[in-house]
Amino acid sequence: MAFQTLLFYLFGTVLLAAATAAVTLRNMVHAALSLILSFFTAAMLWMLLEAEFLSILLVLVYIGAVLVLFLFVVMMVERHTPTIHRRRNYRIVASAVAAVMVAELGMALLAPDFSPTAQPLPAPLEYSNTKALGSVLYTDYALAFEAAAVALLVAIVGAIALTLRVRPDHHRQNPARQSRVRKQDRLRLTDGRSEPPC
Amino acid sequence: MPDWMTDLSVWLRVGEILLGAMVILLPLLAVVAYYTYAERKVVGFMQMRLGPSRVGPRGLFQPIADVLKLLTKEVVLPAQANRGLFLLAPLAALVPALGAWAVVPFDDGLWLANIDAGLLYVLALTSLGAYGIIIAGWASNSKYALLGAMRQAAQVVSYEIAMGFALVGVLMLSGSLNLAAIVQAQSGGILDWFFLPLLPLLLVYLVSGVAETNRLPFDVVEGESELVAGFHVEYSGSAFAVFFLAEYSAMILISALTAILFFGGWLSPFEGTQLAQAVPVLDSGIHWWLLKTAFFMFCFLWFRATFPRYRYDQIMRLGWKVFIPVTLIWIFVLGAARYAGYTG
Repeated sequence: MAFQTLLFYLFGTVLLAAATAAVTLRNMVHAALSLILSFFTAAMLWMLLEAEFLSILLVLVYIGAVLVLFLFVVMMVERHTPTIHRRRNYRIVASAVAAVMVAELGMALLAPDFSPTAQPLPAPLEYSNTKALGSVLYTDYALAFEAAAVALLVAIVGAIALTLRVRPDHHRQNPARQSRVRKQDRLRLTDGRSEPPC
Repeated sequence: MPDWMTDLSVWLRVGEILLGAMVILLPLLAVVAYYTYAERKVVGFMQMRLGPSRVGPRGLFQPIADVLKLLTKEVVLPAQANRGLFLLAPLAALVPALGAWAVVPFDDGLWLANIDAGLLYVLALTSLGAYGIIIAGWASNSKYALLGAMRQAAQVVSYEIAMGFALVGVLMLSGSLNLAAIVQAQSGGILDWFFLPLLPLLLVYLVSGVAETNRLPFDVVEGESELVAGFHVEYSGSAFAVFFLAEYSAMILISALTAILFFGGWLSPFEGTQLAQAVPVLDSGIHWWLLKTAFFMFCFLWFRATFPRYRYDQIMRLGWKVFIPVTLIWIFVLGAARYAGYTG
């Protein structure tokens, strides 16, 4: 067995175990941490495919930022009262989504150009994954890239618009005014006598 | 038995990597120990005190005494704490802070790994450091620790954006994500280093680095006057020491990266002049990198002794409303300059 194959099965096992744990664990923080582990293992699988740029980006964006916020929210949930509601209609929707995903995966696996023994072509020495991705992204797919960027911008504006609430009793800090304060504005010197002379 | 297992060159390479890691990490641990001593001495002198002076000549053995003390103390588990995560948290903080050193180039050809996306790797690993603190805050079952962890999560995620944007400027000038290539792109003397064309980004990077490592004046995560000691309030003994180690190695890492990304790494400021050819010490070499790194390490202590702690809303304002717009504008300026033919 080649070393890469051994690593693949190792990462695959960890990935499946972590993903299973993420959906079955009762403790939500443990579940979120399992999700982080499964993302990290997926990044390692991409690394095996020599897609190092995407792999590191997965760690940086998803684990380093998105899941930090995820964990942040999960930790705010009350510790000893799991708030998972068991409703039957959720189960139906979930089964439908799962069925679609299984069907899609099956179609991908049965595709004629999919081979379970295929190996990535060994890259030439001067090949840079980052450079190759960059040149494709900014030339051939420039329009799609820009459309994605605009969609993200709209999402940001929408998220802020939905959550921004200005309360009437809102207290606002004005840092510019705060840092312009000088000694004369706050300090009044008196002649130092605290009581009238007798 | 698979043939790679009997291949001697594979095991030699593994041994080489392990040895290289030791050669980097053991001096790093020694530097961390004496960095704490330097911190107490420097801050002490800045505040007209002596700092540690009792253990050994001029207190030089103080860090050794501290390490021995921390290692012999009991690790107390708080009641109702999440045992596994409580003990995992210090390691989750330490491993990324040490792992990032794998790609740091010390001198021309002197590195453990020379990977193509080195800068992204460092950025990814430093962003993982947040987990140690968040997990510690939650697993401690203490409201102070949890509050500290929440502040940390918000602060690190905010400043990471500004930090990443500041590094985009470095990429635009060097045209590479490889740390060694970034240093080589700055060759030609002090005026070719990136700190001049990237001055606003350098300031953003350095200040974000201080905020990322939760050092003063951005240490609301620990904030002893409000949160006792923040996320590590429940930690004692060696578990506390590991947090300490993680924080200080992250500080040294940020200093090292500032030297590499903006100040030409191992390159000499006199590079290419007759002076450098006449006096070998003035030519490029690892000593220049050490000197630059030491200077930024000193800056961390200098900031600590100089600035009062930022208020939480001021931290958020600085990160989101000042640093991110500054970096975005400068990236645009750089893009225009590159388009007009400027190559750095």
